[in-house]
Amino acid sequence: MATAEKPQYKVIGTRPVRHDGVDKVTGRARYGADTQLTGMLFGATLRSPYAHANIKSIDTSKAEALPGVRAVLTNADLPEQGDRIVELGEGAVNMRHLNANVLAKEKVQYKGHAIAAVAADTIHIAEEACKLIEVDFEVLEPVLDVVKAMADDAPILNDDIRTESLGSHPASDDASKNTNVAKHFVFEKGDIGKGFEEADIVIEREFDTATVHQGYIEPHASTAHWNADGKITVWTCTQGTFSVRHQTAELCGVPISDVKVIPTEIGGGFGGKISVYLPPVAAGLSKKTGQPVKLVMDRAAVFEATGPTPGSHMKVKIGATKDGKITAGEAWIAFEAGAYTGSPIAPGCMCVFSCYDVPHAKVDGFDVCVNKPRTNAYRAPGSTQVCFATETIVDEICKELDIEPAEFRLNNAAKEGVRRVDGPVYGKVGMIETLQAIKDSDHYQTPLTGKFQGRGIATGFWFNCGLKSAATATVNPDGTVSLVEGSTDIGGSRAGLAMQLAECLGITAEEVKPAVVDTDSVGYTDVTGGSRVTFATGIAAINAGKDIQQQMCARAAMIWDCDEADVRYEDGCIIGSGDNRFTFKELAAKINATGGPIAGRGTASEETQTGAFGTHCADVEVDADTGKVQILRYTAAQDVGTAIHPSYVEGQLQGGAVQGIGWALNEEYWYGEEGSMRNASFLDYRIPTIYDVPMIETILVEVPDPGHPYGVRGVGEVPICPPPAAIANAIYDAIGVRMRDLPMAPHKVCAEVLKK
Amino acid sequence: MAKKRVVTTTINGDTHEFLCKPQQTLLEALRDVLGLTGTKEGCSNGNCGACTVQMDGRPVDSCLVLAVEAEGADLKTIEGVACGNHLDEVQGAFLEGAALQCGICTPGFIMQTESLLEENATPSEEEIRFYLSGNLCRCTGYDKIVKAVQCAAEQRQAAAT
Repeated sequence: MATAEKPQYKVIGTRPVRHDGVDKVTGRARYGADTQLTGMLFGATLRSPYAHANIKSIDTSKAEALPGVRAVLTNADLPEQGDRIVELGEGAVNMRHLNANVLAKEKVQYKGHAIAAVAADTIHIAEEACKLIEVDFEVLEPVLDVVKAMADDAPILNDDIRTESLGSHPASDDASKNTNVAKHFVFEKGDIGKGFEEADIVIEREFDTATVHQGYIEPHASTAHWNADGKITVWTCTQGTFSVRHQTAELCGVPISDVKVIPTEIGGGFGGKISVYLPPVAAGLSKKTGQPVKLVMDRAAVFEATGPTPGSHMKVKIGATKDGKITAGEAWIAFEAGAYTGSPIAPGCMCVFSCYDVPHAKVDGFDVCVNKPRTNAYRAPGSTQVCFATETIVDEICKELDIEPAEFRLNNAAKEGVRRVDGPVYGKVGMIETLQAIKDSDHYQTPLTGKFQGRGIATGFWFNCGLKSAATATVNPDGTVSLVEGSTDIGGSRAGLAMQLAECLGITAEEVKPAVVDTDSVGYTDVTGGSRVTFATGIAAINAGKDIQQQMCARAAMIWDCDEADVRYEDGCIIGSGDNRFTFKELAAKINATGGPIAGRGTASEETQTGAFGTHCADVEVDADTGKVQILRYTAAQDVGTAIHPSYVEGQLQGGAVQGIGWALNEEYWYGEEGSMRNASFLDYRIPTIYDVPMIETILVEVPDPGHPYGVRGVGEVPICPPPAAIANAIYDAIGVRMRDLPMAPHKVCAEVLKK
Repeated sequence: MAKKRVVTTTINGDTHEFLCKPQQTLLEALRDVLGLTGTKEGCSNGNCGACTVQMDGRPVDSCLVLAVEAEGADLKTIEGVACGNHLDEVQGAFLEGAALQCGICTPGFIMQTESLLEENATPSEEEIRFYLSGNLCRCTGYDKIVKAVQCAAEQRQAAAT
């Protein structure tokens, strides 16, 4: 689906084979664990068996004595960080906490918390040695529930946390008290008292969502070599090489210029491969041994010690007039930060009413420490939880008022000029267009006929981060261009960036050869996250292309002995006066003989963009006896700005939708009372399999973002937001029960049916 | 530490002799001893299928096979799927159909698909989904994988007639 007056592109919108594809279907692509170096040692990590305990002592002597063991590392070997906050690209990080998360200092705060690491000649020796490390624990009571952790008598995790008030300073926030509540955000707009007075219907509900994991298939893996000259090289699978460089340098106590990070291919991230776990540990072991050390997590460690996105407890209240206009919204949102502060509570607060024009709103958000792994970004961090709450209440209002759900949403949709509760005013956005696309779709137009079948829709929002990127592009004598960039490629971004440069230069996608390179070989580039790469690194690539255009024109002017102002770049050709004309390829062949190489450079430093919206439609069938929910049909419509490579845009919508389906129906961290995760394997955590889901239909709505030369919007994150609410609304439509607790697993659906 | 054993196998058509420890899995031997890192490790307990190889014509999770069990076996890994520089239909269909994003699960999916198409040249969507349900992908939502398998099956059928 395209909106009117769409520009005519030659490369953008086509579906070339991705440049890194052959290596990935032949097994040649090198991922994190594939690194092999001369003299490399293998590392293993001792992890905490307790969710909460003081470490009284660690005795590593027996491990060190085991033949084949080369070094043992504990937190005592890492430089003291002190109390300091460091800006690490995607937010400020408390270094004391980051240091203690990498290797526990004085106490462990979750089961699986790394305590010590061993480097040995083989992985088997390293694992054996870990068992010989003796740790004397004083076991403490854990707190695993976000509401319990906020109580006055809750066990306290961190002795340095006082509630930080942001937005305003409510009297209830006591800045002198040691607490688990690290942050309290307050966003306000208008007068909610007045807003709720104007409402004919007010619905307030409470919601819970479970802790879930990004579930990337590739475990974390890092290899580091601390060389005799003091320089550290890290090979790792990461979403941000420059972020790993900075974090590793800070944690190892060396200047950033002493650390080089070489990205391997990355086997999925979804936000979970930004924070460092292994690189400083591998570097520390390498410093002790003088040899490169490789550390690879096992799957249980990935679940128990990395990732997850917060479980939450939320109270949301929405008022509307009887003719279907939202008058006010109020939300109280508590997110589990995990062991250390840093949940995505701020974006959660920003997103809770982001899909609508809500004249009066107030949002309270809390970042709360619990004895679970420190949470990390996961695809639209914070938005999926709040979307579940808001969108099920909206559905309830529609049912109460007997208003068609797409109509109600159209009537209240966020659009240009609407102010979000946290302040910003939307520019050109495509929420209305996605709703209309769903309304007009074959899916929505086709009635359901079966018993216990139902349909639900929901909308979702996520920002596009801009941030910083750098790229260089050099012209080869055969008319191809080598593009060098710093955004690690999780899902085909190399192709999307190469296509934007090709479009700019008027050459083919195949004539651009993209490479993701190490931190010494390209300018600073922020992480692959925030739906920013195709947008911001795209701008950097285009800017490099424009630089090449300008240099090609200057070179042609020199060859033709004319004024540079008389030469223009058009449609892949360099055109002067009269018959003077070079194709890109013709001039490329001449550059080395006429003044030397041409290298273009481009950077981007973009403000946060408005973001993108999606509307999803889910058909389900509920087995009334078992409570199992089967997805019958699923359509995702999204405002994608301009689809550079439509196949990979569709892929983002499909993959995000299926992650959202997993979050909705299956996925959760199951904890025992004592605080250990009971399902730390793919078999028991159970992400959706190919057998669980139908084809995911996609509708690409193109409302170009005016902030990008080709109208790109980031597309990766939005599609995870609507599925839980769309499915909950479909379950209600099917069997008349409201689900307000994720996941909507069979036993919970059954329990709700029995209550009814 | 137990002594290493000599294992003799056929891998991708060639005879290989390698040394391994008794506790090493076939996955470890392929990757760490033989340098065949195209076979991926996602979980090491048979849950994700990223390490799928063919052993005597059957798809197996190589993390669940001890390397010493491969004595005398005929193994095929992702490195042996293409014929020289010619991708086979399954590889081509995954590539052309954008059936991979990060690509870490792709070798396992391709190996499992090879076995599927050897057993059932014309699988239905249901049969494809059932046969591949032991292979996890977190990126694609599986849609384009199913379509790539359908496409590969059609191409192989067309080539056979």
